[in-house]
Amino acid sequence: MRGFFHRQSKFQPVDPDENGNDQSIPDDLWVKCPGCNELLYSKELNDNLRVCPKCEHHFRLRARERIAMLTDVGSFQEWSSRILPQNPLGFADGSGTYEGRLERTQRKSGELEAVIAGEATVEGKPLALVVCDFDFLGASMGSVFGEKLVRATEAAIERGIPLMTINASGGARMHEGLFSLMQMAKTVAALNRLGAAGLPHLSVLTDPCYGGVTASYATVADVVMAEPKAMVGFAGPRVIEQTTKQKLPEGFQTAEFLLEHGMVDLIVSRDQLRVMTASLLTHYENARVVAAEASAAVNAEAHGEDIVVSFHSMAPERAPDSAQTGEAL
Amino acid sequence: MTDVADPIQQTAPEAPVSAWDRVKLARNPKRPHTLDYLHDLVADFVELHGDRTFGDDQALIGGIGKFDGRSVMILGHQKGSDTRENLKRNFGMARPEGYRKAERLMRHAEKFRMPVITFIDTSGADPTLGSEERGQAIAIAESLVTMAGLRVPIVATVIGEGGSGGALAIGVADRVLMLENSVYSVASPEGSASILWKDAAKAPEAAERMRITAHELLEFGIIDEVIAEPAPAHENARTAIRATGQAISRHLRELIAAFPLHDDEALDRLVAARYTRFRSIGSWQEESAG
Ligand SMILES: [Zn+2]
Repeated sequence: MRGFFHRQSKFQPVDPDENGNDQSIPDDLWVKCPGCNELLYSKELNDNLRVCPKCEHHFRLRARERIAMLTDVGSFQEWSSRILPQNPLGFADGSGTYEGRLERTQRKSGELEAVIAGEATVEGKPLALVVCDFDFLGASMGSVFGEKLVRATEAAIERGIPLMTINASGGARMHEGLFSLMQMAKTVAALNRLGAAGLPHLSVLTDPCYGGVTASYATVADVVMAEPKAMVGFAGPRVIEQTTKQKLPEGFQTAEFLLEHGMVDLIVSRDQLRVMTASLLTHYENARVVAAEASAAVNAEAHGEDIVVSFHSMAPERAPDSAQTGEAL
Repeated sequence: MTDVADPIQQTAPEAPVSAWDRVKLARNPKRPHTLDYLHDLVADFVELHGDRTFGDDQALIGGIGKFDGRSVMILGHQKGSDTRENLKRNFGMARPEGYRKAERLMRHAEKFRMPVITFIDTSGADPTLGSEERGQAIAIAESLVTMAGLRVPIVATVIGEGGSGGALAIGVADRVLMLENSVYSVASPEGSASILWKDAAKAPEAAERMRITAHELLEFGIIDEVIAEPAPAHENARTAIRATGQAISRHLRELIAAFPLHDDEALDRLVAARYTRFRSIGSWQEESAG
């Protein structure tokens, strides 16, 4: 796993974003760790999945970095990549139109919107994947975000494969007004259908995750995981302090705080995510296979058929090299 | 009390009311709140309390009552009309207990095949340490999940402020109505201004730019009807409440006629129609793959 994502990463190096976060660190730089203030050689950091070897601080990742890190080499196929945002409110302010803002963001980030969706395999297991890119307007949820997530969910249902979302977001996209708020209802409604189809939704909460995303699909998944020390909440700490003048306790809204308060299932460090994902998917597949076998046994007896069932046995066009059902059976 | 407005007002083309004026009207403390609607429109109301886990939130109330001759579940944010009541009601900002109570009562309504009527009137969900500790985001999300799949008709009406996820948490409905002087927004104008421009004082500008008024949202197809306020609701509460009752009744009757409550197959179609409604909300362009 070590060095794994770096080798297959294909993202373009880009300028630091507005907050000065570096987005893609070349190998020959020194980086100061915000966790322990140590100077880290960026090659060492990249080879370690951008986790500080000294204090395990998890640096933020771009969406494509995460996809490369999580999925089997060459297995990711992007969906809905040409769904583009537009300006339903005719929004403009002192710094120009929303279209102008989008264009600048697209150029700077190298992405067309704040989520990337597609299908891939993880340790041979197929899944639909939706990943937020915080460098695109704080991965705020607008119409395209919602539409891509819903289409990915519907595609997962059609193919009979699980869905994983890797979430980071500042909240709803202000520039699209109430259209953005409605994406909360839209995404949750689609995920109800995924559940009704007996397919799991695994959600990974990464730093930072707030507002409309945490108050909708991301926290009502079948399994909610969080990266160590990720900041997750509904209202941001600044808003809470300003409105209530409350002093917030040490560690407030960290993944560890959420675990302690019963809000997430588990904290998974970056180097364990692949293994954990594969392990969970195996359990759901096993359960499904066992249940299907039990009911199919009756039919098989009647019809004399062989029964092979798995999450992806319904998929009409699966690549021949993807894991077949033998392992689960 | 009269339905006939001042003739000069009536013939005026369109009153020049800015979005910020609407926000101020929506927030007027004398504007009728959920309990006022209950008082005038609902008989034999039985308030049901508590989330069965932690507490009872007075900012979001619910219970069973008779509306238009039918027993229904009613839920609504409750603001106060003075400081004392506002402290009790937390200014209509619900805590996780409120959303969990609402979610519980919606499942209750489904069990007994009662339609659900909601009144939205909040600047947003309670943003405090305690609410975060008790899972504000998850409480809202769970309410959305339940509403999206609820097998009874739901009619929601924004009667004052509809602010952010705290409003939507009781707003995933088959019909969404707004009073003419209510507003519905992704975040409060102050919150939006602070996110967009790091300056909450620019709230009036945010109100304007973010298209939060009832007529604009009707044009976007996000809501279904604007309930006229010939006079602002705080000046003539009974007229506004009566018009609201008539609108809710009309929509509810239509829904029940199309999706009879005893008919399980029709209720499947109701949930499918609600899915289609929210599924289609969004604005994007699609390039063909090249
Ligand atoms: Zn460190």
